[in-house]
Parts: sequence; C-alpha cells; structure tokens
Amino acid sequence: MATPRKPAADLALWRWLPSGKAWAIGLPFVFLLVFFMVPFLMVLKISFAESTMDVPPFTHLLALEHDKLAISLNFESYRTILEDDIYLAAYVSSVKVAFFTTLLCLLVGYPTALLIANARPALRNLLLMGIILPFWTSYLVRVYAWIGILKDQGLANRLLIYLGLSDTPFALMQNTFGLYVGMVYSYLPYMVLPMYAFLVKMDTSLPEAARDLGAKPWEVFLTITLPLSFPGISAGCLLVFIPSVGEYVIPELLGSSQDLMIGRVMWSDFFNSIAWPLASAATCVMVALLLLPMVWFQRVQNREPQTA
Amino acid sequence: MKNIGRHLGSGFLALVFLFFYLPILSVVVYSFNESVIASQWTHFSLKWYFKLLDDTEILDACRTSLELALATACSSVFIGAWIGYVLANYQRFRGSTLFAAMVNAPLVLPEVISGISLLLLFVSLEQTLGWPQGRGMATMWIGHTMLCVSYVAITVQARLSAMDKSLTEAARDLGAPPLRVFFDITLPLIAPSLVAGWVLSLTISLDDVIMSAFLSGPETTTLPLVLLSRMRLGLNPEINAIGTLIIAVVSFGVVINSYYMMKREQRQARYLRMAVLSNSSEGRLAHAPPA
Repeated sequence: MATPRKPAADLALWRWLPSGKAWAIGLPFVFLLVFFMVPFLMVLKISFAESTMDVPPFTHLLALEHDKLAISLNFESYRTILEDDIYLAAYVSSVKVAFFTTLLCLLVGYPTALLIANARPALRNLLLMGIILPFWTSYLVRVYAWIGILKDQGLANRLLIYLGLSDTPFALMQNTFGLYVGMVYSYLPYMVLPMYAFLVKMDTSLPEAARDLGAKPWEVFLTITLPLSFPGISAGCLLVFIPSVGEYVIPELLGSSQDLMIGRVMWSDFFNSIAWPLASAATCVMVALLLLPMVWFQRVQNREPQTA
Repeated sequence: MKNIGRHLGSGFLALVFLFFYLPILSVVVYSFNESVIASQWTHFSLKWYFKLLDDTEILDACRTSLELALATACSSVFIGAWIGYVLANYQRFRGSTLFAAMVNAPLVLPEVISGISLLLLFVSLEQTLGWPQGRGMATMWIGHTMLCVSYVAITVQARLSAMDKSLTEAARDLGAPPLRVFFDITLPLIAPSLVAGWVLSLTISLDDVIMSAFLSGPETTTLPLVLLSRMRLGLNPEINAIGTLIIAVVSFGVVINSYYMMKREQRQARYLRMAVLSNSSEGRLAHAPPA
C-alpha cells in the first residue's frame, strides 16, 4: 500500500468509524440482506426441518443435547417432491403455461410494439398511455372482469348464441383456454413496454439505408429491425416468463382444478395443510428452476438500465 | 399495397386495444345494472354503490388498504431513492454484484416465493426476539415495501444516470459539503422520479394480493384479500361497483398527470425558446460596435 503516513494525531477514534460512503452503501445493503437474503436462507433451513403439529409447525435443525450439538437435516420434504406425482406435474405444467404465455405475448406484443413505435409522435403517446392505463388499474378487478365475459351465461357465449354460431354455451373458463386468456391479458404490457423502449430508440437511418440499397421489407425486418430489438425481446420475455411460473390468482379464478400450477400447490400446502417444510422445499426447487432465467435477466438489466 | 399494410396494422392495433379495454368496460357497465345476476342486463340502477356504503367489511378493508399503501409509498421512496443513489454513484464496491442482484431479483421473482420467505423470517423472529407479535399491519408494511423498493430504485437510478454530472461537480467545487449538494442539487433534480416512484408504490401496494395473504393477520385484511375471497364464489355486482370506483380514480389520476406533464413540457419548451432568443440578442449586442 502506497498510502502516505498520517500524523499520529489523526489516529483518533473517529478514523476507525466507517466513512460517509460506507454508511451510504452499508445501510441499504443491510436492509436488503435482512429482508431479502436472510428470508431465503430461512426457507432453505426450514425445508430441511420436520413437520410437526406445534406452533410454528416445524422442528429445529440444531439441538443441544447432553453437551453435544446435534444437527438434524431431514430430506423427507425433498423426497416427497421428487416422488409425489403432484409436484412433478405441477412444475411441468407451470413451466409449460409460462412458456406458452410468453410465446403468445411475444406473438401479439411484438407487432403491437412495432406499430406503436412507428406511429406519428402524437398518436404514439396516446397509444402508449392506452397500454399503460390498464396496468395501473387493479389487476384483480381486470382478471375478475374476464369471469363476466367467459362464463357460461357471459358476454362471449351470449354473442356466439346471438350470432347463431352455437346453440349451447361453450366452456370458456375453468379450463386451459380461460387460463391463457387471463395470463396473456395480464402479462402483455410487460412484454410490450420493454420492446417498445428499444424499438423507439432505434436509429431509423439503418432500415432506410437498407431500403435505399434495395432490400425488401421483410429482409429489412429480418436483418435489421429484429436483431436490433433483441435486447428488448429478451427483457420482455423474461419479465413475462419468470413471474408467470409462480402465478396464483389467474389459475385460481380462470383456470381448471386440473391445471395444477406450482403457486397453487404451495399455497394450499401452506394455508390448508400447514405443511411448511414441504412448501419451503417446493419454494427452493422453484428458485433453483428460475435461477438461470434470473441471472439472464440480471445481465439484461445491467446492459440497459433505462428500460426498466 | 402499402395502404393495405397500414390498414392491417390499424386493424391489429384496434383488436389489441379491444382486448385490453372490453373487460374493463364490461365491469363499468354492469356495475350500473339493477339485476342480481351480474351478466343479465335489466335496467340502470345505483343500488350496488349504495350497498357498498353499508358493507362494513369492504369499508374497513378499504381503510386498511389505504393506510398501508400510504405508509408503503413513503417508506419505499425513502429506501428506494437511497438504493438508486448508491447504484448510480458507486459502480464498484465490495458486494456490488450481490447488491444489484438483490435490487433486480424482486422485479421478476414470483410473489409466492417472497411471501413465503418473509413470513418464515417473521415467524422465526417472533420465536427468537419476540417481535413481531403475530402478523398484521407492520409485517404487511415491510412486505409491501420490499415489493416496491426495487421499482423506485431503478426509476431513481435511471434519472440520476441521465442527470448532468457537471451540476453536482460545480457545487462541490464551490465548496458545498456532500449533504448540501444532495439536498440543494440532486434532490430537486430527481424529484419527478420520486413522485413517480411514490405513485407506483401506492398502486402496487393497493393492488397486492399474495404478499398480503401471507403477511396479514386475523384482524387486518386488505381490500384485495376481501375481493379475492368473494370472487372465488363467482360474480358479484358489488365487486363491479368497487372495481368501477377504482378504475375511475386511476383514470382520473392518469389524465391529470399527463395534463401536467404536457404543461410542463410546453413550459420548458417556452423557456428554452426564450433563452435561445435572449442569448442571440445579447450576442448581437456584444458584436455591435461600441458607441
């Protein structure tokens, strides 16, 4: 260390206290550790506990018996998850639903973002506000609204019967169809907004130059617009995929009881059967499952901090 | 050929917006329906709104939700702005990757996970420290703050990164201590992002179901929890009425906000024009030959 020697008078007590910068970083750091990181470690710990009928309903891992520290790790919960078909099915169906939700949102969202980005500036702001406005209104009420449309005597079925397309009402909710309608409806803005942010910032001289050089519209799109908007696409996909794996409300209100999603299984373990170690283990498996997409999201976020 | 493409585009956008707004519209329309069967239109009536006034469960839940949301918005802005300041000003420090990860992860993490983990933290704390005693307002407040902090942090960080660094540097060069620089220069400049973060936190908290479900106590329930428990039973015209009220308040807020934003932009444009004009006239004077 090449730091110059300080006079002895400077070696007072206050020099050993953290600097202003250390306080500025340290306090929020400790806050995040206590309320974000430590809770995770808690879940990890309790996933190795045994379920009991006490309050709280799990055992301690550490016990001091006859001057010996005993650590008992119980892998029962993880074995249940591996062996019980319900859990495997729930994980598979959650990932499947999240994947198709992301795909559908991408198919609808990309053209939407592209059309809004290419609209006249005055119209563009209005359209953008139109996408954001439902986002601010209660998510619960918007999901509930679909019950009125999709149920047997709902608007959609009465329209179909009125048009003579059908005599009997179709089952539009409490099945996979209703689930996807609700999922796409709720998550579409998360897909459109980051893609729009990239598309609107894009240098328009590049596609123009390509057109001037004789490229066909679809060639311009495939070789210039699409690759340049890729960071927006990946941000949007991750913003849809990761939270929708754990979705609870939409499958509960619009999905069927057969489409078991892991959020619902965890919820019922926790509240209905008070199997806290089991729910904790299911949480740990879910975090492990989402770790890779989350690391990817972290990298996307760091590359383009303004688009959040 | 080009026209066909444009019409197709407009048609597609119209369909997307229909998809977005039809459900919202149907909630509003059927809230004024007299019939108990929520999807059968009989005739116009305000009776569901009057019913809301007598529904103490919903009124109590509304009060809890509002108090919680106001507290959450304030705490989230305070902590979130602090975190955003750290992210924007200190790029590299020990643990900075972990710090950034802990800010970004809650943006996408399924709420079931954060809900369960915070609940287990509180249960363990109660066992070892005796606090918090049971669950209720305090635990929900912390949970909701954790949901909102990241959004505020990232908004503030973006604003700070876009800010002109020379302003704070000039203040420092003129001898202002760091806190003075922060309160006199940085804070007024990031004020719009603080307001945006406050409003966003307010709406996230008012809307939250899952975190509240894990962290609420037997005596304190929020409005979304009451609504969810009634929605499980199916359609209910009272939910339409309260949904319409929420939609009305939010739309009003968004319209007012965009009006002020527009006004501010116009004012800024006018100042800019005036500045340019006065600069150029001064320039002319400076070049004028001395009398």
